[in-house]
Amino acid sequence: MSFAVPTEHYLLLSAVLFCIGVAGVATKRNPIVVFMCIEIMLNAANLGFVALGRHFGDVGGQIYTMLIIAVAAGEVAIGLAIIVSLFRTRETIDLDEADLLKL
Amino acid sequence: MRPGVLIFWLLAVPMVACALLVITSRNPLRSALFLVAHMLLLAGMFLSLSAQYVAAVQVVVYAGAIMVLFVFVIMLLNLGGAQKMDAAGLGWALGIAMSLGLAALFVGTGVWKSGLHAGKATAKTLAQGGTAQAVGFALFDPELPWLFPFEVASIVLLMAAVGAIVLAKRKL
Amino acid sequence: MTIPNISFGPFDLVAVAPYVALGLMLATVLLAVPVLTWFERVTLGLIHDRLGPNRVGPRGLLQPIADGIKLFFKEDILPSNVDRRIFYLAPAISMMPPLVAAALIPLGDFRVDMGGGQTRPLTLVAADINVGILWVLGLASLQVYGLILGGWSSNNKYSLLGALRSSAQAISYELALSLGVLMAVLMSHSMSLVQIVQSQTGGIMHWNILGLFPFGLVAAGVYAIAAVAETNRAPFDLPEAESELVAGYQTEYSSMKFAIFFMSEYAAVVIGSCVAVVLWLGGWDPIHPVLGFIPGPLWFAGKVLLLIFAFVWVRSTLPRFRYDQLMRFGWMRLLPVALVALMLAAAMSAYRTDPSAGSRIPPKPEKPKPLMGGTQSL
Repeated sequence: MSFAVPTEHYLLLSAVLFCIGVAGVATKRNPIVVFMCIEIMLNAANLGFVALGRHFGDVGGQIYTMLIIAVAAGEVAIGLAIIVSLFRTRETIDLDEADLLKL
Repeated sequence: MRPGVLIFWLLAVPMVACALLVITSRNPLRSALFLVAHMLLLAGMFLSLSAQYVAAVQVVVYAGAIMVLFVFVIMLLNLGGAQKMDAAGLGWALGIAMSLGLAALFVGTGVWKSGLHAGKATAKTLAQGGTAQAVGFALFDPELPWLFPFEVASIVLLMAAVGAIVLAKRKL
Repeated sequence: MTIPNISFGPFDLVAVAPYVALGLMLATVLLAVPVLTWFERVTLGLIHDRLGPNRVGPRGLLQPIADGIKLFFKEDILPSNVDRRIFYLAPAISMMPPLVAAALIPLGDFRVDMGGGQTRPLTLVAADINVGILWVLGLASLQVYGLILGGWSSNNKYSLLGALRSSAQAISYELALSLGVLMAVLMSHSMSLVQIVQSQTGGIMHWNILGLFPFGLVAAGVYAIAAVAETNRAPFDLPEAESELVAGYQTEYSSMKFAIFFMSEYAAVVIGSCVAVVLWLGGWDPIHPVLGFIPGPLWFAGKVLLLIFAFVWVRSTLPRFRYDQLMRFGWMRLLPVALVALMLAAAMSAYRTDPSAGSRIPPKPEKPKPLMGGTQSL
């Protein structure tokens, strides 16, 4: 069965989004924005999973996506808690300033 | 142009634009808003891949919960004012180079189409594969490998909840 | 109820029905503000034992129009040092979710006479999607952005405090709201709003509010409390508590931008009531099958009006919560009650579902071959 939009299109889009996320993580020093870029990368992976799941007619791709969403939710809860406590002790959240491996 | 192709491009171009705006905006709140738009467009993309349930979960969890949390923390720390928090010259160039290198790797090796022989999808899997029933039955099917990861995900969420409370609460 | 298949030019009734439903719902949501402000003031007047609006028009009926004209011609003030784009965007964002959710609300069920003694079912709904109730939840959680952005972009400490409160409140009560909705899904075995209503056909004894007794009642109560908190209505109207925060997130808004915030609150009340009617009160189902001669949409409208009256009643009766009380109530009372009720309801449902007696759970679909296991590789 052929699709109106071939799976390769979705995978290429997913790769482009992933690269944008990587660029953001590498260039930004605000941990909140870095987090958002990680979310972009996770979302790019999700798009790839769902597209491949459709390609092979398997629900597994969608279940992977849901597991990733669950893990992302947990990761955001922990990460934002770390950022808040970092801000409390240091009054700044610049990632280059946080280099003592402790709060 | 077939309508499916048109929808793809109508969603894909704003998605990439939003992602770029997330990393180029000076103001973290603007970044967060563009990311919300990105998530909603991605939900639309999931719909075009006939994954209704995942699209709804994407809106509920990502756009509705995770991003609200982001915006909440940005407001709480009052980082809305334009603060310059980018890497210095060299780091910035290095980051862009890394991303372009990765892109070159993806495109040059053609990794996105390796192993994609003929699709196994049928009209039936397209019509029913994305409904809540189909996802649920597959998720809890003992013969499929998804039940254990699902339980592990619940433990991960519990750990995250406990960890967030321990980290953020001043005294227990 | 069988109705003739009226034709509209090249289209027949079946083709036009989704657009009729969408038009009806949009008109209801948009016209809710003038009608509901009048209704709310009159009801408040009755409950407070005072006159209420009685100056403009007979029984004050034209009061909303006078209010609208006043708001429309007021000066549109843009405070200094605000983030202008987000300041303008915020009211629009808060208006968007109720309008989108309006497309999902089913209004009635008919049988259309196709001629030659043949009839076919027709549901008056704009979009019946498989995961409809999840979309409603997602849209409800998007509504908080309007409040947050309005408060943040105003560059005013009262606005910011109101926005912080509103986002914390929305995040907290969304959980209870979702758990309440989940119990309705558990009882109706479907996430499509149309199927949820259809599973409750047959009079008040079949409605979800009395289903899995007493958990239907508990779930409906949890949903009602959480819905009041989600729409920021009294007694949970902390984001705009006028005695503490001037007007909360909308302090800096004037003229039509303020009016749109106002509209979005009433639109959210209407949509919240519609969803409550769909989930718990049987949608368009008459209270007893004997009364089936009254058209379904009228039943639906009547039930929604009843719930909106309850919104006003609660507002005029209960004092406002304190912020810490609100949080403690949400997390330490409402959420545990909802969780325990959900577990017990699930157990009861599993106990009652007899597979041989023809349950309403759809049969298991034909299983696709698993990809994992080494025979095929990705």
